[in-house]
Amino acid sequence: MTLQHYLVISAILFTLGIFAVLTRRNAISILMGIELILNSCNLNFAAFSRFMTPPEDISGQVIAIFGIVLAAAEAAVFLAIILAIYREFGSIRPNEVDTLKG
Amino acid sequence: MEFTLKTFIFYGFAFLTIASAFVVVTVRNIVHAAFSLMVTLFGVAGLYVFLQADFLAATQVIVYVGGILVLILFGVMMTSGRLEMRIHIERGQLLLGGVIAVALLMLLLTVIANTPAWKNLTDDGTELPPTTERIGELILNGPFLLPFEVVSVLLLVALIGAALISRKEVRE
Repeated sequence: MTLQHYLVISAILFTLGIFAVLTRRNAISILMGIELILNSCNLNFAAFSRFMTPPEDISGQVIAIFGIVLAAAEAAVFLAIILAIYREFGSIRPNEVDTLKG
Repeated sequence: MEFTLKTFIFYGFAFLTIASAFVVVTVRNIVHAAFSLMVTLFGVAGLYVFLQADFLAATQVIVYVGGILVLILFGVMMTSGRLEMRIHIERGQLLLGGVIAVALLMLLLTVIANTPAWKNLTDDGTELPPTTERIGELILNGPFLLPFEVVSVLLLVALIGAALISRKEVRE
């Protein structure tokens, strides 16, 4: 396995996440796309840590762990906002939440 | 590269990850998408094992599969009636999003293939010692102590914020 194997996998995951965020009309599906993007990012950190630095240096893995923590916090706040939106609008389609639209 | 059992398993995990991620972004039923996301997260954990990041793989399984995915399923249950289970997609948006995604993938693959510093870096297969001890050393007694403390404050803020936003508003 080379570094490029991991980078290609991560690039595909990132693109699929972007695709989900662009096309899906459901807030929870958009959250799933964001999780895919964050996963690809963490995979890149771990891969670069394995291949580009000396083996005893694992700072990249620590950064990936911080990334996982941030993803967890983000998911919790995201779902709280979705619940509040659902209570207010009765729907979680992002294009129906348009109170501020001019 | 000789084709050993290890490379076979690696390609299996890579295929599993990408195929299930593809299902996540294309399937219409949101519950199916959530369970397919679980397969993707397990696949990424398997790739972490191949990178000899054992602690990271365990964290991935515990936090993502045990935490975030359950949170997502709770969100689905609390917000989606029978009508919202099927994800609404518009055709024009699908086309435009597909074009943008494919263009982005081409750009990334070109960069990956043409960056000289990233070429010919193969995994020599040396077994590294378990990483847990060194990660603890880096976080609690090393350069990552300050980020660790900041992240703990961030988690507290997210906890209070999520509870505050999602509670029922009491109108007097």
